[in-house]
Amino acid sequence: MPVSKETLDEIALSEAEYQLIVKRLGREPNDVELGMFGALWSEHCGYKHSKALLKQLPSRNKRMLVKPGEENAGVVDIGDGLVVVMKIESHNHPSAIEPYQGAATGVGGIVRDIFTMGARPIALLNSLRFGPLSDPHNRYLFVGVVSGIAGYGNCLGIPDVGGEIFFAKCYTTNPLVNALCLGITRSKSLVRAKAHGKGNLLMLVGADTGRDGLHGASGLASKAFQEERELRSAVQVGNPFLEKLLIEACLELAETDWITGMQDLGAAGLTSSAVESAARGGSGIEIDVLKVPRREKGMTPYEVVLSESQERMLVMVKKEHQDKVKALFARWELDSQIVGEVTDDGLARIKEGEKVVAEVPVSLLTSPPVYRRRVKKPEWLKQLQTFDILSVPDLSPRKAGATLLQLLASPNIASKHCVYRQYDHQVGNDTVVPPGSDAAVLRIKETKKAIALTTDGNARYCYVNPYLGGVIAVAEAARNLVCSGAQPLAITDCLNFGNPEKDDVYYQLKECINGMTRACQKLRVPVISGNVSLYNETTGKDIYPTPVVGMVGLIDDVARHCTSGFKSEGDLVFLLGEIRTINSSIGSSEYLELIHGIIGGNPYVDLELERRLHRCCLEAVKRGLVNSAHDCSEGGLAVALAESCLVNHLGFISDDWKIEARLDATLFGEAQARIIVSLPPRAAWKLQRLAARWQVGAKRLGTVGGTRLTIEGCIDLPLEELREAWWYGLEKCL
Amino acid sequence: MKFGIIVFPGTWSERDCYYALKNVLRQEVDYIWHKEADLSHYDCLILPGGFSYGDYLRPGAIARFSPVMTSLEAFASQGKLVIGICNGFQILCESGLLPGALLRNDHLEYRCQWVYLKAENNQSPFTIQCQNGQVLKIPISHYEGRYYADSATLAELEANKRVIFRYCTPAGEVTDAANPNGSLHNIAGITNKRGNVLGMMPHPERACEAILGSSDGNIIWESIIASIQRNT
Amino acid sequence: MYLARVYVTLKPTVNDPQGLTIKGALCNLGFTSVEDVRAGKYFELHLAETDFAKVEQQVTEMCCKLLANPVIENYRFEIEEVKV
Repeated sequence: MPVSKETLDEIALSEAEYQLIVKRLGREPNDVELGMFGALWSEHCGYKHSKALLKQLPSRNKRMLVKPGEENAGVVDIGDGLVVVMKIESHNHPSAIEPYQGAATGVGGIVRDIFTMGARPIALLNSLRFGPLSDPHNRYLFVGVVSGIAGYGNCLGIPDVGGEIFFAKCYTTNPLVNALCLGITRSKSLVRAKAHGKGNLLMLVGADTGRDGLHGASGLASKAFQEERELRSAVQVGNPFLEKLLIEACLELAETDWITGMQDLGAAGLTSSAVESAARGGSGIEIDVLKVPRREKGMTPYEVVLSESQERMLVMVKKEHQDKVKALFARWELDSQIVGEVTDDGLARIKEGEKVVAEVPVSLLTSPPVYRRRVKKPEWLKQLQTFDILSVPDLSPRKAGATLLQLLASPNIASKHCVYRQYDHQVGNDTVVPPGSDAAVLRIKETKKAIALTTDGNARYCYVNPYLGGVIAVAEAARNLVCSGAQPLAITDCLNFGNPEKDDVYYQLKECINGMTRACQKLRVPVISGNVSLYNETTGKDIYPTPVVGMVGLIDDVARHCTSGFKSEGDLVFLLGEIRTINSSIGSSEYLELIHGIIGGNPYVDLELERRLHRCCLEAVKRGLVNSAHDCSEGGLAVALAESCLVNHLGFISDDWKIEARLDATLFGEAQARIIVSLPPRAAWKLQRLAARWQVGAKRLGTVGGTRLTIEGCIDLPLEELREAWWYGLEKCL
Repeated sequence: MKFGIIVFPGTWSERDCYYALKNVLRQEVDYIWHKEADLSHYDCLILPGGFSYGDYLRPGAIARFSPVMTSLEAFASQGKLVIGICNGFQILCESGLLPGALLRNDHLEYRCQWVYLKAENNQSPFTIQCQNGQVLKIPISHYEGRYYADSATLAELEANKRVIFRYCTPAGEVTDAANPNGSLHNIAGITNKRGNVLGMMPHPERACEAILGSSDGNIIWESIIASIQRNT
Repeated sequence: MYLARVYVTLKPTVNDPQGLTIKGALCNLGFTSVEDVRAGKYFELHLAETDFAKVEQQVTEMCCKLLANPVIENYRFEIEEVKV
């Protein structure tokens, strides 16, 4: 073999993969070609470990306009001739190396995926995971990531309307930074990322090309990642100002018929964008690297085609319109340059002047091997799941109040306002429900409609039981949407896992996708786009399996949306869904870890009930029966009640619950399929009749009123005290 | 009556201003690219918020050299109305049309939040529809909004009632706690000497409909409309 | 007493959007001979220290730990003794 192991390691290809390339190509690839294979056969571009598993996720329904992977982002029809375009993507590894720029360029990348399709980005969400803030390095990562998101997103004028933040030890030095972007356009203005039509031109627009982030795509899997932290090689620095100009120019261009397609340059730069566009169009491409404008001198063809310099777009221009396209970009003060053309020979040909430096069939580059493995359930997982809840002493009523305060102050539950106030969440004049409620709500101008957005994924559940964790991630996202009055429409998912070459991690990935698939089928929500981030590990230890489910829902009448806070004194409070106390539901709960330091025991979810509960809640909101709806998640019933109180500073007085089950499970158990609603007493019989019709439990919990949270027999606290804990819980850790 | 919104590379609140004026207040309004020179069709010009030129070097420092600014200066010297919002305020200060400067917030963080503004002078063309001392709920969204001027300038601003808006509590008290960025004298908005150029950090165009949280921003637009009608 | 003047600049290979934008603005103002602009930061540190070697070592450490981000920035400094 003429290629050294070090070279292969650097581009993260195995020796077997190299042999496969030689066999299919019928010769040894040269350096440039090998680099292109390394990038396109990486997990990030080629999904070689996850493709077989991802295939089972349901991906079709009548509202969907493109198949996952077919375009940069998924597209959903929302009626009135409008479509929304949505995708989530990870930027975990770059954020671990340089948190500000890593997070900033993560936002930049996902925004490009949206406007590249001709859709105006109207919302951003972020799903973040960090190690405990007691560690100064984690604080550095946290502050850097949050300011990076703010620095880039605010400059673009796209509102950042929510997401989640979760802390656990496994993310120390390997934070997760997932960014979701949603855009909107008329269905007729959608632009495809296809290169077709022999002789059409490839135009590169935006930033000059430098040596930024070489091997970013394959670096994600590279064995050298560990050392890279030390080396701190070429970090990409984002230019949000340039991106803003690109957004406006490309959206203007999308309204013309001067182009056949558009594609942003992301991981693996020019290589992946040109080759993937050619693959979609069934064509070939020819690029001359000498025509690519450069920021640095002396760059090799290899560096030019694999550079990951930010804020660049590839536009497939109809030959006769090239002058008009150039003029449009020039008006936005953007440089553009023809770098090549579309061919019909099915080859990706890279030239340096007249000299051909790489020539490989497009189909070969875009068909990496697909791995499928048989793996067994790990022994340690069985132990985690069979954890005996009865071995934990029950909570004494005397300690219930203090425990509630402790949970409210836990960074996983405490208010995230100190983060969201750094994000512009209002620009665009669409934000009806800002960050902090179950889901963000944005109205759609010139219609009565609105969309609701959320991201969810409890990784502790997934660690203990990847299958149930996958089920719950989907169920909770859908529950958050119905609480705001939105019919769930579609999912974009980001699967953050450890090293899939390890059997245990592959098992987690497989089981988690199985669970998500089951929930998607049951709740009838398709997955329209997504991203996989593997090899999330530091010093050999893998992160929790962390699926992040981003979900969009549709509200037919924005006047009928709902929020989580209690609204008026005297309203009755009901629990809908699972009204029994499940003793085992403290398994994997925030309570169990925070108070007892134990991680174990299966989470509890009844998916069939979940489906009926969502229908019931949606109908209750749509008919205007309820004044508030809030889902029970981390921290259980007591935390959810406290949160509903704190929004509008309205207290709660419980009925006599006649608690017979365990007190810890009653107050802080995290059984799924539960929603707390409040409503005027005169509407109570209607709610009960509705619940009966959907065979959903409805239990009266108490009444809204006063300025205390009172649960008879165990908790009686003034709201000021609860607020103090919840409002400052996270801020105090910084 | 016609409004013109000047679009600089990197600004974004022109779209929200356009929406508030066109869709909510039913006014005639145009976008004006920053390279235009002819502003003769307009009765009021808006310098919108955003990040002109990425806020690189200093917010507004590069935009003030845009070709449109020469015409805008002439426009203002005729006594016609100009309102600069957020980045627009920063551009007006950089260009010298308004005194003082906007420094990085005292807590060194970007802030997007609702604030309350006390309308201090309801004789200004931008506030004639306000009760004197009326409290308006309007959001801010900025990193560099801490108003600074030397003490002589501040004294002059105060003496001539050029401070139009001050950050205050919902009840209208001007306190340190109600000051979201450390601005001197809780200043949120000021005018030039002649009173026809206003700069303010908060975004009235965002407070244009109750469903978005407040419609108090419309009072400022309605004041402008009434002032122009009065003078024609 | 020593005065340290610290200059922090972006590494040559790192993209500098701010520098590029300022360069564009200077060209528009007629300074067409400007070929490149790189933006950086400047600090003046006053140190109550008597030993030059110690000052040098401390400033180096400050640069590595806080003043510069070694991932993307370089630094250099000058040290000068000042009379109290």
